[in-house]
Amino acid sequence: MASHQKRYKDDNSVKGMLSTSICGIKLSNPTVLASGILGITRQSLEKAAANGAGAVTLKSLCTVERRGLSGPNMFVFPGGMLNAVGLPGQGMDNAIKDFEALDNFSVPVIGSIFGSTIDEFGIAAKKMASLKPAMIEANISCPNIDYHEPYYSSIEAVEKITKCVKANSGRIPVTIKLSPNVYNIAELAAAAEKAGCDAITAINTASGMVIDIESGKPILSNKSGGISGPALKPIAVRCVYEIYDKVNVPIIGTGGVTDGKDAIEMIMAGATAIGIGSACYYRGVSAFRQICDEMQEWMRKHKVKGLDEIRGKAHG
Amino acid sequence: MDESFVAMKEMPSMHSVSRVIQEAHSIRTIFINGKIESKPGQFIMVWLPGIEEKPMAVSYLSSSEFGFTYHTIGKFTKACDNLKKGSTIGIRGPYGNPFSIRKNALVVGGGVGMASVSTLIDALENPVVINGARNKGSLIYMERFSGMIVTTDDGSFGRKGFVTEPLEDELSNKKFSIVYTCGPELMMKKVFEICEKHKVDCEASLERVMKCGFGICGNCLVDGHILCTEGPVFGSKILRNLKEFGNSARLKTGKKASLKEYYGWRS
Repeated sequence: MASHQKRYKDDNSVKGMLSTSICGIKLSNPTVLASGILGITRQSLEKAAANGAGAVTLKSLCTVERRGLSGPNMFVFPGGMLNAVGLPGQGMDNAIKDFEALDNFSVPVIGSIFGSTIDEFGIAAKKMASLKPAMIEANISCPNIDYHEPYYSSIEAVEKITKCVKANSGRIPVTIKLSPNVYNIAELAAAAEKAGCDAITAINTASGMVIDIESGKPILSNKSGGISGPALKPIAVRCVYEIYDKVNVPIIGTGGVTDGKDAIEMIMAGATAIGIGSACYYRGVSAFRQICDEMQEWMRKHKVKGLDEIRGKAHG
Repeated sequence: MDESFVAMKEMPSMHSVSRVIQEAHSIRTIFINGKIESKPGQFIMVWLPGIEEKPMAVSYLSSSEFGFTYHTIGKFTKACDNLKKGSTIGIRGPYGNPFSIRKNALVVGGGVGMASVSTLIDALENPVVINGARNKGSLIYMERFSGMIVTTDDGSFGRKGFVTEPLEDELSNKKFSIVYTCGPELMMKKVFEICEKHKVDCEASLERVMKCGFGICGNCLVDGHILCTEGPVFGSKILRNLKEFGNSARLKTGKKASLKEYYGWRS
């Protein structure tokens, strides 16, 4: 009995160690299933939550049904992963019927949206808001979509999209997902903050290409795609570091985090929560729990009681 | 970092075609030079540079070559029809959860679904095999495996009717430890129900739209199961709880559709 009680108490203190709050949303731990990984069905979100994710993100949806690109869509190279899936999705209207609601999950759900025009961002946000997600993510940075203008690298476009999505999201907090494929990511984050966003998600994948030298052809059907996994991590850490210096809103640090030490590094760069994507391949869906366990182990070893103690530690 | 962090099987490597055989009307097997560590029921991703990439069951396996058997339906398989000895194609894998290997087994294959159970039949000890197809011209592996029970829907060869009829007979007359199956999903659902009635274990190889093959894109989910890593072979314990098995599947867009719509869209 005594040992039972002790274990229970430990569990509570463990929960406390990693507990995180972002835009007023309480997370039992900072790991967030990143958009584009699983996230197509209710069950896949529940699967990530059951495996320890502190929050989960839907795969980005827009106002229309999209088939995406033909394969090869995704493969692993030494050091990382390359993908160009082309944002397939059932569209917001089908998703509303499919999901019914997003406020009845065991963990907070982030509804991710994108559009091919600024107006479409607004329409998608309004529809997504009707599902009552804990947060709305505007994915302005997918490298595989032909925008009418390069949204992700234009300060003006970032401001316009942020304002439009905010205006259509009611009281639901909005995060803007930024691309690393820009000259100065911190300036774009600052523009989104000025336009009223509640958080920044950084980063999406970095643009890249792998050529098969036997056939002499790029492997992806789209030729180029987005790099994720360990190869992306130093880029993501640098971006989060620069954004943290420039803005006050919290950052969901995303890019190549595969183990607990990577997550700690991202927090030290300034992240509040940690996006997890490709790690679900490297370590399976249980990556969330493994990363949390490793973070706790590191924190205990270094006598760190909460993540606030080390957030942004790499600065100054 | 785990040792598994760099797994080259996830990147396509180029192989040359060693030979091609016509298995039946619109069904061919492409043999590929090289060795692959594949277990019965696993699949590979086949890349035709400049065209497309698709999952295919490993249907032949030896120490020097392996093969996949396909039915010509769409853009990818039509391009496969142009492959000949010496063509080069990209292969990654193998992927997926294989069949178990048990004694005293019965195998039910429907149409080109036989391809997914063929290396299993090779690995099993004297299994009873039921091979069913629409008509005589669609039957495959007739010379490869001897002693099969053969059915055709139209009675043009073997017993007239569906594979489920001889399956009922076999399970009523003899005790089997397991039934393995692959074929149209409605057939597999029927096979599974018959197994449940006779209290015999069943393993079925399912199919869904697949993009990555290694468990992260989320397209191939059946209920809460990631088909490409937790399947494609599922046992009775899981099949019993799959609401989507025999009912619905997700289209390329992720939209939920009836099996009828799903198969209609594919062909």
